[in-house]
Amino acid sequence: MAEPDQPEEQAPSTDTEDHAEKIPAMQSLLDNHFLLLFIGVAVPAVLYTIWGVMEVAHIPIAN
Amino acid sequence: MSNLMFRTCPETGLKVHGPAEALIKANAVVAVVFLLIGGLFGLLVALTRWQAIHLLPADLFYLALTAHGADVLVFWIIFFEVALLYFASAILLNCRLATPRIAWAAFFLMLAGAVMANVAVLQGESSVMFTSYVPMKAAPHFYLGLILFAVGTLVAVAVFFGTLVIAKQEKTYSGSVPLVTFGAVTAAIIAVYTIASGAIILIPTFLWSVGLVGEIDTLTYRIVWWGFGHSSQQINVAAQVACWYAVAALTVGAKPISEKVSRFAFLLYICFLLLASAHHLLVDPGISSEWKVFNTSYALFLAVLGSMIHGMSVPGAIEVAQRKNGFAHGVFTWLRKAPWGNPAFAGMFLSVILFGFLGGITGVIMGTEQLNIIIHNTLYVPGHFHGTVVAGTTLAFMSITYLVVPLIFRRELIFKRLAQLQPYLFGLGAMGISVFMMAAGTLGVSRRHWDMAFSDAPFSFDYPPAAFMMMGLNGMSAIVASLGGVAFIVVIVGSILFGKKRDDAFAKENPVIFQGSGATVAHHGDAGSLKIPGTTILVAVFFLSFVLYYFVNWKYLSEVWPLS
Ligand code: HEM
Ligand SMILES: [Cu+2]
Repeated sequence: MAEPDQPEEQAPSTDTEDHAEKIPAMQSLLDNHFLLLFIGVAVPAVLYTIWGVMEVAHIPIAN
Repeated sequence: MSNLMFRTCPETGLKVHGPAEALIKANAVVAVVFLLIGGLFGLLVALTRWQAIHLLPADLFYLALTAHGADVLVFWIIFFEVALLYFASAILLNCRLATPRIAWAAFFLMLAGAVMANVAVLQGESSVMFTSYVPMKAAPHFYLGLILFAVGTLVAVAVFFGTLVIAKQEKTYSGSVPLVTFGAVTAAIIAVYTIASGAIILIPTFLWSVGLVGEIDTLTYRIVWWGFGHSSQQINVAAQVACWYAVAALTVGAKPISEKVSRFAFLLYICFLLLASAHHLLVDPGISSEWKVFNTSYALFLAVLGSMIHGMSVPGAIEVAQRKNGFAHGVFTWLRKAPWGNPAFAGMFLSVILFGFLGGITGVIMGTEQLNIIIHNTLYVPGHFHGTVVAGTTLAFMSITYLVVPLIFRRELIFKRLAQLQPYLFGLGAMGISVFMMAAGTLGVSRRHWDMAFSDAPFSFDYPPAAFMMMGLNGMSAIVASLGGVAFIVVIVGSILFGKKRDDAFAKENPVIFQGSGATVAHHGDAGSLKIPGTTILVAVFFLSFVLYYFVNWKYLSEVWPLS
């Protein structure tokens, strides 16, 4: 059951090398946690909360 | 910074920051205490809704229901999530935790808030359910407790982001953060919006309860409150998925099939998951169908896509790993020979399956505007979310706790047989409460209702006898789930207090994790194989059930509203 690739798991990851390469756009987006934070707050704030509350605000008041 | 603050974990090889470890312990222990309290209230509620027993009088029923919702859904889950955030940042990134002092301040703020809200509920003047819809008014310290808790949580989330910054500056990791940490980032991002929504609506409500604000608009309250109430469930989903990946890695050495795809699925959560909050308002007047349909159908389906990716990726990763581990023949040998006797693995896998089949499918049904009307405000709703948040999240958190005790508390588990049985017991009970409440809901039984027999109501109404039977079965499942919950607490608290200490030498000889898997969770790398016939069949079964159940519900809707 000893698999030949077991020890490889222990080896340090090889991703230090890719630093020289150009980082793909998607990866740099995913690595930018504060940009993600902005997206994650802005999207629901606009599409859910603000849009929703505006609709409620537009309901005419009964008199 | 002094190296005295760190130890190296003999099993995972990770550098463990002492203050981070202490904070993880404190938050996890308090979480479990609230699970115990809240779970007991849940049992009382279920035994009251079992009409043959009808345990509590009406006022205590609503008190218990409020305490149950707040203690399990808010306090148990969020304390545990804070522990997970510290783990996924400081420990997985080999880094020191940013400002442990402030993290302790956050902890005590959260604790004070949680205790205050509990006191308010137990005093009996705040039986407003944890949703606390206005114009029902609770005691001011109920709202204040929730606000303190929210502020404490926000501070804890800031400590998490601070730790990410430190890790980057001090270069304690290279490239992108590990997938589990990325899942935690997703949870933390969702948490920021969640807590902000909670604070925005609860602060004016608190001022209203002390008489400083004249009135709170009910519809606005519901919109903003659900930005908190629903989104906090999405913190759970993100955190629970991160747990799945972590436990799969640590128990069988599973690596994600594709890091890229898994990360993209988390991105879908960040962009779309929160919009689905609108499903709570599908029958509210005054809000347009455009808003409802955009935020539920379109956005919700994209978010569900994210969950389906994870739901396939986790078993797929396990399958690839198990095939590598020597169980390569046949279609399901990898699954049959999985470590079912390891409570961490068993709890995780049950959580994946139950979350998908019970919580996931039914969530899509309820999120469809037209179908929602069949089950709105019936017991179907709690049935659904006991599938997500009990069978899914709670079971996932329990499963990772079986690794936290030996690795972080460094104690051997006591009562190992009971521990092995526990995930099955709790999973079975949770499945029962989910399925039977949904069945009763399908028969029309309303949620949050003390007396389904309407004995002293001015108008009489009879539910079909099957509905009463469902509530009986629900009560029995509640007992099973409670036994599972108590077993969990006995094993975990017992082990922390009385378990054999695991010093480094002992830990090296008796590892609890898959060999080499410390590096798997803390680094990146794909599994490097797409041979997953077993998972493909599981996924096909899932889709088939999904489609069938979806159409059954449309059929059902057409019978509710016959066109002739
Ligand atoms: C022993 C385990 C549990 C049992 C027996 C149980 C049972 C129940 C029952 C019977 C209801 C009442 C439904 C109604 O009348 O409307 C309920 C409500 C609820 N449960 Fe549980 N539950 C358990 C665990 C949990 C856990 C672990 C969570 C969260 C993580 C949870 C979250 C909730 C919430 C949020 C409500 C809704 C409260 C409300 O309507 O205000 N439950 N539960
Ligand atoms: Cu929701």
